[in-house]
Amino acid sequence: MSDIAVTAPITSFVASRRRQLVIALIVFAAIALIPRAVSDVYTMNVLILTLLFAALSQSWNILGGYCGQVSLGHALYFGIGAYATSILFVKFGIVAWGGMLFGGILSALVALALGYPCFRLKGHYFSIATIVIAEIGLLLVHNWDYGGAALGIQWPFNPDSWWTLQFARNKVPYFYFVLGLFAVTWLVTYAIVESRWGYWWRAVKDDPDAAESLGVTVFNSKMGAAAISAFFTAIGGGFYAAFVSYIDPESVMHFRFSLLMALPAVLGGVGSLWGPAVGALILIPMAELTRSYLGGTGSGLDLVIYGLLVMVVSLTQPEGIMGIFKRSAKKADAKAEA
Amino acid sequence: MTTQAFLQVLASGILIGLIYALIAVGLSLIFGLMDVVNFAHGEFLMLAMYAMFGLVLVTAIDPVLLMPIVVGIMFVVGVSAYAGVIRFAMRAKANPGMVQIFATFGLALVIQGLAQYFFTPDYRNIGNSWLGGKTLNLGGVFLPWPQIYGGVISLLAFGGLYLLITRTDFGKALEATREDQGAVALVGIDRNRVFALGWGLGAALVGLSGAVLAVFYYIYPQVGGPFALIAYVTVALGGFGSIFGALVAGLIVGVVEALTALILPPALKSVGVYSLYLAVLFVRPSGLFGRL
Repeated sequence: MSDIAVTAPITSFVASRRRQLVIALIVFAAIALIPRAVSDVYTMNVLILTLLFAALSQSWNILGGYCGQVSLGHALYFGIGAYATSILFVKFGIVAWGGMLFGGILSALVALALGYPCFRLKGHYFSIATIVIAEIGLLLVHNWDYGGAALGIQWPFNPDSWWTLQFARNKVPYFYFVLGLFAVTWLVTYAIVESRWGYWWRAVKDDPDAAESLGVTVFNSKMGAAAISAFFTAIGGGFYAAFVSYIDPESVMHFRFSLLMALPAVLGGVGSLWGPAVGALILIPMAELTRSYLGGTGSGLDLVIYGLLVMVVSLTQPEGIMGIFKRSAKKADAKAEA
Repeated sequence: MTTQAFLQVLASGILIGLIYALIAVGLSLIFGLMDVVNFAHGEFLMLAMYAMFGLVLVTAIDPVLLMPIVVGIMFVVGVSAYAGVIRFAMRAKANPGMVQIFATFGLALVIQGLAQYFFTPDYRNIGNSWLGGKTLNLGGVFLPWPQIYGGVISLLAFGGLYLLITRTDFGKALEATREDQGAVALVGIDRNRVFALGWGLGAALVGLSGAVLAVFYYIYPQVGGPFALIAYVTVALGGFGSIFGALVAGLIVGVVEALTALILPPALKSVGVYSLYLAVLFVRPSGLFGRL
């Protein structure tokens, strides 16, 4: 009798997990077909940026959404990835694949070193510390002669190839790269959120003081969240450097990147599997379109619309856009039961 | 380095520190009252600077005389921001902290965009004023009058704020609401009204600093950013919610910044302040005078 009561929810849990995975694979496959229908370069660029920020925001979501540590300094990790990849390629001839991996590991180590003192800070104190740390990074890179200081680093032009990850004319390979990056970040999130770490993260988020009493393991799970999040953010940064083939401090480490990584998750729904992607799908094309049509000569109207969207969504949908689906799904369940 | 040069740096640091403190105290006040960090604080400062610029342009009256008008305008801006945005952010049932961050951030973008739309991204400055370009020679230490004016205004504002909080009914209501939001409702204090006035007061204080700053600093749509960052550092260093902490931390930030500029290249002058802030925070996570 009691066996049935226990196994029923477990089987339904396994079934819903499997369903999520199947849906995800279908979505990835569907996205992979898009380049067959789109040939326009501008649209392709917007799609690449959308997928990039979906992946970046998914990485941010691991620390900010699931673990509840609202970082506003992820531009630091993005910058480490972009600079590591650029310097290794331009000065040492190491291709972007190696550079991204190196940048990712370096970022993860930096995140661990910073996490140790920063995780003692709570709420706003934590968020502001992350802004300040990223700002110190920006200032240092600005004055770092070996890294090109304010002038930045220009990538040399080479023939199109997957080996160097350089494609001057046809941008479609970049599309597949970021799609892959997004799929990996999604799958990593999917795998971890229902593991023990995932539960600890939610415990940390929901009740930091109670979670603290659980001790060292919980602290380690927070450090793990920071390292994973930083690793993938840096890979995104390295990709971005290859994609635009020119970086300078402002273009990869400015505070607006920290925001751009957090915003899609916030708009789509923090701590949800599809929130960052949904948020990026709305935010990035909208930002690009308003910039193209209203932003001429810095008119500022693009900022007004962007700001209004951020304000209205965060005020009316505190759980993000995914919150609407969750609620309607609950209603449907309630109806089905009745 | 000569004693005189050192005194010069120290004096400049103290004067700019007083202005940093004045920028920060409004932020700290609002946080202490209702646990909300206003991420549009820098944009409030920018708005006040443009208000001063516009008023001087239209009326041709000296900025010193126009100061009360700018403060009044910013009080209205603060109350409106509470009534139009923050009130709703506080009702959020899920992720309240995040909603506050991003709602005020959206507000910041809107204000910045509007400033850019109406005033263009150009750098402006108020050319003529009674104080402009004059310096005071204090035994070889040269102090520009606009900064002295800013420092004096800041000290007066802190004095006034102290009296307001300790001697008036509004101050008592403010203190009571920050102690216990539920209990004040029982004694008939309208919580919403106190919050709205708190936002008005916070914005008026940053408006005052904007009115002072506009006399000697360039005005452009993104001017709030760097000052806001310093204000967050100042508030976190002094302890969120502590008014005395904001004053002390503002002075520390001003002096450390000035001293850093002696040692490191000018572009890195903020590194000293940021490092000090991090060092203090890692030892005392709630700042110098904060309570958690």
